[in-house]
Amino acid sequence: MANSHQLKRVDFIFRNENDWEKVLSTTIKKKPQELINALISSELKGRGGAGFPTGLKWKLTAESKEKQKYVICNADEGEPGTFKDREILSRVPYKVLTAMAICGYITGANKGYIYLRGEYKFLLPELNKVIDEFSYYCKEINLDFNIEIFMGSGAYICGEETALMESMEGKRGEPRNKPPFPTQAGYMGKPTVINNVETLVHSFTIFKYGAKKFYDLGVQYSRGTKLFSVSGDTPKPGIYELELGMSLQDFVYEFGDGDTKAVQVGGASGFLVPRKKFKDAAIGFKGKLTGISLPTGGSMMLFNSSRSMFNVLDNYLEFFREESCGQCTPCRVGCQQLLLGIKAVKRGEKPASYLDKLLRLTETMQYTAKCGLGQSVANSFSSIVANFREEMIY
Amino acid sequence: MSKKLNMTINGLPVEISAGKTILEAAEEQGLKIPTLCHHKDLCVAGNCRVCVVEVTGQNRLSAACATPCEEGMEILTNSLKVRNSRKQIIELLLAEHNADCTKCYRNGNCELQTLASEYKIMTQDFLELVPLKNYTIDAFSPSIIKDDSKCIKCQRCVRTCAELQGVNALTVAHKGDQMKITTFFEKAMRDIVCTNCGQCVNHCPTSALVEKNYIEEVWEAIANPNKHVVVQTAPAVRVGLGEELGLKPGKRVTGQMVAALKRLGFDSVLDTDFTADLTIIEEGTELLTRLKKVLVEKDESVTLPMATSCSPGWIKYIEHMYPEHLENLSTCKSPQQMFGALVKTYYANARNLEPENIVSVSIMPCTAKKYEAFRPEMHDSGYRDVDYVLTTRELAILIKQAGLDFNKLEPVKYDRLMGESSGAAVIFGATGGVMEAALRTAYEIVTGREVPFENLNITPVRGIDGIREASIKIENPVKEWAFLDGVELKCAIAHGLVNAKTVMDSVRAGTADYHFIEFMACPGGCLGGGGQPIPTNPEIRQKRSEAIYAEDEGLLIRKSHENPEIKKLYKDFLKEPLGEVSHHLLHTQYTKRDRY
Repeated sequence: MANSHQLKRVDFIFRNENDWEKVLSTTIKKKPQELINALISSELKGRGGAGFPTGLKWKLTAESKEKQKYVICNADEGEPGTFKDREILSRVPYKVLTAMAICGYITGANKGYIYLRGEYKFLLPELNKVIDEFSYYCKEINLDFNIEIFMGSGAYICGEETALMESMEGKRGEPRNKPPFPTQAGYMGKPTVINNVETLVHSFTIFKYGAKKFYDLGVQYSRGTKLFSVSGDTPKPGIYELELGMSLQDFVYEFGDGDTKAVQVGGASGFLVPRKKFKDAAIGFKGKLTGISLPTGGSMMLFNSSRSMFNVLDNYLEFFREESCGQCTPCRVGCQQLLLGIKAVKRGEKPASYLDKLLRLTETMQYTAKCGLGQSVANSFSSIVANFREEMIY
Repeated sequence: MSKKLNMTINGLPVEISAGKTILEAAEEQGLKIPTLCHHKDLCVAGNCRVCVVEVTGQNRLSAACATPCEEGMEILTNSLKVRNSRKQIIELLLAEHNADCTKCYRNGNCELQTLASEYKIMTQDFLELVPLKNYTIDAFSPSIIKDDSKCIKCQRCVRTCAELQGVNALTVAHKGDQMKITTFFEKAMRDIVCTNCGQCVNHCPTSALVEKNYIEEVWEAIANPNKHVVVQTAPAVRVGLGEELGLKPGKRVTGQMVAALKRLGFDSVLDTDFTADLTIIEEGTELLTRLKKVLVEKDESVTLPMATSCSPGWIKYIEHMYPEHLENLSTCKSPQQMFGALVKTYYANARNLEPENIVSVSIMPCTAKKYEAFRPEMHDSGYRDVDYVLTTRELAILIKQAGLDFNKLEPVKYDRLMGESSGAAVIFGATGGVMEAALRTAYEIVTGREVPFENLNITPVRGIDGIREASIKIENPVKEWAFLDGVELKCAIAHGLVNAKTVMDSVRAGTADYHFIEFMACPGGCLGGGGQPIPTNPEIRQKRSEAIYAEDEGLLIRKSHENPEIKKLYKDFLKEPLGEVSHHLLHTQYTKRDRY
């Protein structure tokens, strides 16, 4: 049962092991198929929030007959409340690079890019140093793989994988139509594996310790560990590596300040859970057996009773209004309508029932927006409005 | 040959060839799915989301225009979820759109308006966003007005400018609620690389981009008893106008159009085709002269290939993009401007009129012609050579405002003195037409015989390919042109500026061994011009093209140099091609322009 799961701290990601060279050189002696099987049996899912099975992604790319392929590390960490990827890149960058190179070996890609968030420019000198050292070693072991950093310019949407590739191709960062998916036609129209920083680090763990070690952590459908960026009204803000599948109750017990009113799981594009649902909610990907399962890119924001949930939502919507790329109608206009709509209700210019119209709008956005940004605005909006409706009105 | 997929659409089993989108599949079944950002001329965008459909088993809806069909797909195009979502999307667009439809230029021919009507959006529940945005209207360009308050951000104009024209004058800037379609550094349309071709206008679903209209100015001129108002109509107008007046594409309305113009009160209704013929004489002679200088006199100051100069969008394009190649351009003015210069000189003399009392109006399939008429150098008659340029669409407005029942008008012929024309002039309206007309005349001048094609139809230069090449071998020329014996006259044709770019890049690289190149800014040539009726798409352009060639076939005179009025013009006024008067009135020079 999900809600009986205790909070378990783990230390894989930041465990400082200076053996990446060994991991790399021994891993690439194995057959790609064997490695893909390991990844698949580990049940590792993408840690950016969407949760696509990583092994399948690599497998699809590996199966493509195209000559040129790419590996991209998505380091455009922009979800409000997340700061884990920055920490990984500062503390254990070589794990990321090693995972990328192994991915290149498995899929047949000889080129990797790190798409680094514009705001993380300060990481650049150190990262470049590590990349130099890494390339040197790749040459030594005759591994044809090189890595470059591509600097983003500060648009949230560019964390969306296809917008990220558009941006890398020198175009305006706008999401593409899917299909085709990046595994078929990604960067420069070539098959591309694109993974979040953290996902790559987990794959390092799997290659080093074996799939079983990873699989044995977490719960069904949500295997392994996850880095959580904990912020808000908490005495212990920071980054924690925890097993997936914990109940929110346990999480709040550990990180709350005793007066936690709600937790926003997954940042502005995630879900808000009010106190009364803490014990029913588990942190992990959607599965058939769990109650409420909440996927997350790692952002956990705690709010205590001093917070106005109207202000919280207002803040999120302000963010979305600005960070929508503006390309598709439901997202561009929808975000503006939601923001102005709740303000109008608050001011009494629209009746309370207007919130229901806005809820229907978020449904339309969820069904029809072109990419995950527009689709997920519904999550925070509907979960906040449904649980704190009176705070929206009075 | 192509693989078939089995799917169902709205419960009915259908067989679809692989590779089609859901939108195309539905269309094959005679089922219309509404679209806004989609256009047959342009790449798939999937921006507006109006075309969403339900694929059974998926929670999210799919954009029909951007989703490929798959085996076993079950598609619902009209489920309640689809309808509700679509309706909300239309409502969202209306909330962001200046929906003051009664005061809109595109009232009655607006895709958003049509959709709003189909979905019966009767109230505005969402908050109006337009008043919050402080829009300004850019009306500085002589050709195009850009009104952001009408823009629905479908990016059709952006894709048009990039894909069809390769100009990229329009682009998307900013994000979120600030996102808008704008120009380099958000400069005014008149201050950027914009070629004024108007393809953005033709592809805009609403009124965000429209031609600058001069309807009231023309009405005033007509109403002024002291003014003699002359109107000229371009070759492509006669095959487009009907569409704007409720007829099917491809209907020729030459006679009714002339009749209508007379009823509107123009003092003289004349034909740009006349100066199209004149252009052929002047340009053909210029080409032959250049050939002679290069081949015989080995004059290195003369540039080949020679490029046509009748498309003002193309002229502005080369001025911006290839300013070092202006020497390649023929110095001939466009037929419109030749006409303008002659109206206030030759015509004024012959009719015993004071040129300052003449108002020269032209009806063009083109928005760039408005700009061309405004070019400062176009004053060779001593006055502005052409006073007002109306598009095909504007002429239709005049006809509607005057209450004329267009279909009941008896066909009438053009007035005389600059009203006579040939089939060669008519085909100026289609891509390859200028080339064909020029070859008909040049070949005959050089060899004394007609072009060796059945019934004068030089079919290799016709067609819809973006770039076409043709060559014609000169054998047994007359004595004067003996040096051309055995020379293979090589020509190329490019329409749509993106194709012009390809050809010009080869000219710049020195790999183009052509003698003569026809460039038209718009896809299909003038028949697909930026001033032609909206909508435009490949099928419609094809029908207009057929109508143009049919008109040519039906005419007795099909070669420019056989136009009797042209002969008379040279005898009475110009004396000889490229002569002094021609040089002064009919030729021009070009301006180097920056890109930014």
